[in-house]
Amino acid sequence: MPEKDNNIMDKIAESNKSVVTGIDEKDIEHWITISILGSEYKVPAGLTIMQAMEFAGYRFVRSCGCRAGFCGACTTVYRIVGDYRLKTAMACQTRVEQGMYLTQIPFTPAERANYDIDKLSPGIEPFLIHYPEILRCLGCNSCTKACPQDIDVMEYIAAGKRGDVALMAELSFDCIQCGLCAMRCPAELAQYNYAQLARRLHGKYETPLPNHLKNRVKEIEQGKYNEELDKLVQTSTEELKKVYTARDIEKA
Amino acid sequence: MAELKFIGGYPEYMRKFIDIVNKTRAKRKDYTPIAMTMEQRDEVLKVHPDYAPGGKRSISIGLNKGDMAPNEVADLIEAYPLIQGNEVDLTKPDLSVDLLIIGGGLAGTAAAVWANDKGVDKDQILLVNKLRHGDANSIMAEGGTQAADRENDSPARHFLDAIGGGHFTNKPDVLRALVEDAPLIMKWLCDLGAILDREEDGSFVEKAGGGTSRRRMHACKDYTGLEELRVIRDEFRNREIPYLEYYPVIELLTDGNRVTGAVLYNLETGDYKIIQAKATILATGGFGRLHVRGFPTTNHYGATCDGVVLAYRAGAKLRDTDTVQYHPTGAAYPQQIIGLLLTEKLRGMGAQPVNKNGEAFVFPLEPRDVEAASFIRECYVKENGIVTPTGMRGVWLDTPMIELKNGEGTIEKSFPGMFRMFNRFDLDIRKDPVLVFPTLHYQNGGVESDPWGKTNVDSLWVAGEVSGGIHGKNRLMGNSTLDCLVFGRRTGISTAEYLKSDVKHGKLMLEHMKNYVTMLKQAGIDTTRKAPILLPDYRGKAVLARMIDVF
Repeated sequence: MPEKDNNIMDKIAESNKSVVTGIDEKDIEHWITISILGSEYKVPAGLTIMQAMEFAGYRFVRSCGCRAGFCGACTTVYRIVGDYRLKTAMACQTRVEQGMYLTQIPFTPAERANYDIDKLSPGIEPFLIHYPEILRCLGCNSCTKACPQDIDVMEYIAAGKRGDVALMAELSFDCIQCGLCAMRCPAELAQYNYAQLARRLHGKYETPLPNHLKNRVKEIEQGKYNEELDKLVQTSTEELKKVYTARDIEKA
Repeated sequence: MAELKFIGGYPEYMRKFIDIVNKTRAKRKDYTPIAMTMEQRDEVLKVHPDYAPGGKRSISIGLNKGDMAPNEVADLIEAYPLIQGNEVDLTKPDLSVDLLIIGGGLAGTAAAVWANDKGVDKDQILLVNKLRHGDANSIMAEGGTQAADRENDSPARHFLDAIGGGHFTNKPDVLRALVEDAPLIMKWLCDLGAILDREEDGSFVEKAGGGTSRRRMHACKDYTGLEELRVIRDEFRNREIPYLEYYPVIELLTDGNRVTGAVLYNLETGDYKIIQAKATILATGGFGRLHVRGFPTTNHYGATCDGVVLAYRAGAKLRDTDTVQYHPTGAAYPQQIIGLLLTEKLRGMGAQPVNKNGEAFVFPLEPRDVEAASFIRECYVKENGIVTPTGMRGVWLDTPMIELKNGEGTIEKSFPGMFRMFNRFDLDIRKDPVLVFPTLHYQNGGVESDPWGKTNVDSLWVAGEVSGGIHGKNRLMGNSTLDCLVFGRRTGISTAEYLKSDVKHGKLMLEHMKNYVTMLKQAGIDTTRKAPILLPDYRGKAVLARMIDVF
């Protein structure tokens, strides 16, 4: 089988070529025109904004991070020709469209407070001390409309104004801290930083350590597992294989 | 080619295969293929990219001369530095600190906080990042973090699961540190205010992962790394620890024996900075962007093996360079997200791998290399895969089974990230399965260290994916975020201890680099390759062909 296996690897590499080595024009059938920072480019249809910019010749330093929708680096704003609405997106998670004209926002200037989490308690006070401007929220919903994660930002700010950190934590949990809410806010808030504070307050003070964890930590500190682990570290591979194969497996 | 007709985000012909998956679901609900024996595992691993012939060569110079490594990694080890040495002025460092941390993912950030906790003054720490602070594989970790904290579990069991998953090649003393500290790390996260999934009674929700014999996967929905990282980074910020962004390290500095600092390069302005440090922690992450064997990757933009290259030139010993982790479930469709991660937690909660005939063909929670190899076998040997419009092959991951087994609404609640990602491309993972194929996920090997992250080179520590030994030749799910946190903490503590012992700054020299160049030349390595490469290049071929350099 060996020759065949090698062939398999070649086939796999061939099928992944466009993702791995950049796109070759000759493989493309459908094209669209987009505008990057005011200049027009013909790009393959169906690419993400990020892939399309790379195809056009941009090599990212800023505005590119995880390339998978988790880091918030590739914040993008755009319009489609003929549509008055301003749209927001993560470049790595959004397909290009005919007539799209775009720019990226590589950095968000936003105020963030330094605080000692051990000296705060959940409620309205931490916000009044560190982010009193939260009360300036106009309820315009621009933040929610701008959020590429579809988070109800305005609602969690409302919760924050009531000191409800639990709700604020829940509603903001999927926040990738891209900063688009803050860039769109007419009241000049930095919503995502307030949400970070709320989540830590909720996590630390409203979800106590489970007993099973407390017990295990105590056991480890008392050295309960030392002997067993000392032994395992010294065990021969042959013996380890036996123990490993014989171990019972808990039902998933 | 005629325009493809799409139904619910899939071309018509793929839709027919989805119907087969939907029709066979009820029948498969109470059926799980049995786990493979050791012999069966060995057999299927023959089609794993690590074991299939080709793709590797032996390293030709340095301490690990003779060890096998993927060609893409060997290419960087056998490459010339970005600088010659004479263009940088080493006589006046721009900054002298006690502790330099290179890389701001989970490991580096945790190390900074712990070093500060253990008495290193915040202004004596500098964390440098190639991209932004937090642009790292850590933030993309989805599925969870292992810690043996339930009554029927123990650190010893965790050890056994990990060493079996690693084919008994793990370095036992560092693995021991990993499992023993795991519950302490969970407590630390909670104390900082991280929000972990909880049961109604307040205990942790804990799920199985591939190769675990107990449920010990702690998660924050499917945003585990994001939550862990943003909490620790927030703590880091609160302490006002200095950090730099867009400043990759392009060379370490030594006094001939120990690491004494680093040369930084400003990615935007092109100038350099010289940092002098008494202790250095390397936490630069892995190498997914090398696309070993032409695989797509789950990794972030900066995962280009920099740390291994720099440490090796400074004389650090590597290990387990011959294996690479391919995650079984990378997205194979749609084209826009090929290679991106579909968390193993999906299988932990019931999603089944299914072939084109609607058959559950493998135990869903084999160790990752075994599971990945079985997908490759299904697609390329048994010809039971689905071919996408771009020519990729894949098998189905039957995500609607999660709803069937755990109740409607489970996917939106437990997998908001996955649901959102597919929804952006008009696919509904609650109703339709998703097509998957293995994707390059993790650098198994790396720089060898002791249980405190200390390397064979004085004053140099490693933490996280850049290190080697903890996972041997294959890592289990939930042990990488754990690795970052355990060894971030340990290197923070260990460097703080070291710094208490009246350490002096050392001379700043690049002799090790120059010696390395001599070795390359002596070995007859005639190449224009340079390393570290810092970033991959995905520009279109047509543009590259016409590029000229005018200023």
